[in-house]
Amino acid sequence: MLEVCNLACSRGDHQLFDGLSFTLSAGELLQVQGANGSGKTTLLRTLCGFVQPLAGNILWQGQDVREMDEDYYADVIYLGHLNALKDELSALENLRISAALAGCAVTQQQAIAALKRMGLRGRETLAVKVLSQGQRRRVALARLLVSNAPLWILDEPLTALDVGAVGLMQELIGEHLAKQGMVIFTTHQALAVADVATRQLALS
Amino acid sequence: MAINWFKYSAPSTFYGLAGKLVPWFAWPAALLFCVGLYIGFFVAPTDVVQGEAYRIIFIHVPASILSMFIYLIMAAYAALGLIFNTRLSAMMATALAPTGALFAFISLWTGALWGKPMWGAWWVWDARLTSELILLFLYLGFIALQASIEDTRRADRAGALLAIVGSVNVPIIYFSVKWWNTLHQGSTIKFTGTSMHIAMQQAMFTMLVACWLYVIAISLVRVRSIILERERNTQWVKELAEIKQ
Amino acid sequence: MNRLSLTSLLLLVIRRDLLLAMRRRADVLTTLVFFVMVVSLFPLGIGPEADTLRKIAPGVVWVAALLASMLSLGRMFSADYLDGTLEQMLLVPQSLSMLVLGKIVAHWMLSGLPLVLIAPVLGLQFDMSAQALWVLIAALLLGTPVLSMIGAIGAALTLGLRGGGVLVSLLVLPLCIPVLIFGAGAVESVTTGMSAVSHLSLLGAMLMFSLVFTPWVSAQALRISME
Repeated sequence: MLEVCNLACSRGDHQLFDGLSFTLSAGELLQVQGANGSGKTTLLRTLCGFVQPLAGNILWQGQDVREMDEDYYADVIYLGHLNALKDELSALENLRISAALAGCAVTQQQAIAALKRMGLRGRETLAVKVLSQGQRRRVALARLLVSNAPLWILDEPLTALDVGAVGLMQELIGEHLAKQGMVIFTTHQALAVADVATRQLALS
Repeated sequence: MAINWFKYSAPSTFYGLAGKLVPWFAWPAALLFCVGLYIGFFVAPTDVVQGEAYRIIFIHVPASILSMFIYLIMAAYAALGLIFNTRLSAMMATALAPTGALFAFISLWTGALWGKPMWGAWWVWDARLTSELILLFLYLGFIALQASIEDTRRADRAGALLAIVGSVNVPIIYFSVKWWNTLHQGSTIKFTGTSMHIAMQQAMFTMLVACWLYVIAISLVRVRSIILERERNTQWVKELAEIKQ
Repeated sequence: MNRLSLTSLLLLVIRRDLLLAMRRRADVLTTLVFFVMVVSLFPLGIGPEADTLRKIAPGVVWVAALLASMLSLGRMFSADYLDGTLEQMLLVPQSLSMLVLGKIVAHWMLSGLPLVLIAPVLGLQFDMSAQALWVLIAALLLGTPVLSMIGAIGAALTLGLRGGGVLVSLLVLPLCIPVLIFGAGAVESVTTGMSAVSHLSLLGAMLMFSLVFTPWVSAQALRISME
């Protein structure tokens, strides 16, 4: 369970939000909403521990994440605005290396299967620089398939994705929640998962 | 009576306190500078070996001592700021850096002035002068790093880390420069320390105290402007009498 | 959870950075060419007298190595920073320090090791004796990793800043002076008929000291810069 108590964050001199509290239990889906500049990305980056909050605590399974450091990171997968892909490497190499950095050793077969599921069959060994924006995003999202981290933190996961891929994302999130996973995401597009109520968190 | 020290670690309370303290350090500093320079230039006797030129040491030595001390104090403040996340300590570190650099520069300048009549050259690769030069580089690096980071929080923390790494490195640098210097048979003229005249000691000591007071006064003034700049959006700054005018 | 052990993380990061460098070979070569060029400029500026050249050779090689390693420091983290990989690296569940150490080792293999290998050839240009050449290689082998390690701190602190390349030199060069002194001093002491052991052991001590502390400090610097 992820608990956030009285969180306050700022960017530069500007206070983005304060007194933010919420909890997220296993199997829940939380959408962070707000206008541009309301602090959605900062909130997600704070939850990942990149940004130190001005005040407040973030607890994971009842423990302060600042004290857990690396044990917490093993349970988190983060997908930011940037795809974190290397242009020079193939989709397959990118996926295997980033999964290994995140702590999961992935076999060639598992990685190929994940890329296939993301609709990248036949493009596994192409250098990422020749792929389109949408295809790159799919490679980045394939990390979700090979990871077993319970907490997904997704910043605008649907950017550059076509209708088919958005449907696939909804499916993936549904499967993850069914396995008692948790998802926090931001999006400007509609994302609904069948049989799961999307909780909303509004930043103003 | 117990004083609540943490009360003064808040920038808003420290701003007022610093304002009250500044004259208490600034005036004695000015007075002692006059006294120290008078004794040094007019009372202290001419040195047997070095003639009149030696009198520059009354500025050179306190400046050198302080340039090194200020770096350590700066690193200590930086470490405090990094560990306890107190904003005021980071501001103090930032406020001290230009003064430290100034003293390092004065030390080099006066060292060169002293070197010309003593060694016959403006610059000699003497171990102490070289270390002082490297110290000036370290100050400039710290100032440049903080100046190029716009986000104050990152600037504070990045500067702090650099200052700590620098202060660990300072003894290693000093030792290595000394080693290098002895290998190359540097021509260092040493002061005959024991036979220093009493008036010389008085002048040196007065100047040292004056410099210390000056450092405290000037860094308090500087930290006050840093506080104002960083807290410009807060209510208490807007309510200050000097801002309202 | 099948977490990777620390050693396999280290090897993974080194392998990854080397693989990336192999796909972008030009970067490695530019550093090396720069080094060779700077060293070759000195005789042109100073004059071809063999005695003078022999005397300044160790200093020239070391200063050039220092400058060449500054040149390549910008690459250590900036590519990963720009494409978002660095964010993923901060979330590494083993140890960020170990990951940073991997990046430092890879950086050294790509920018320091080539310099060590080419240095004897340059030494011959300066008419250095065989004995002096061996000491030069030993000193560079011990010293250049320290340059990469201290440089990593500077590179991490200046991440994403405007004019970061010049700034990183300003921060790192003063901290590298001891390496320069002992590195060049080692060669000089054998040419003047003394033993280079004390210089080399001090360089070794610096290497050990930096090996223990700099990966952790750089990791902290990365966290500060990524905020």
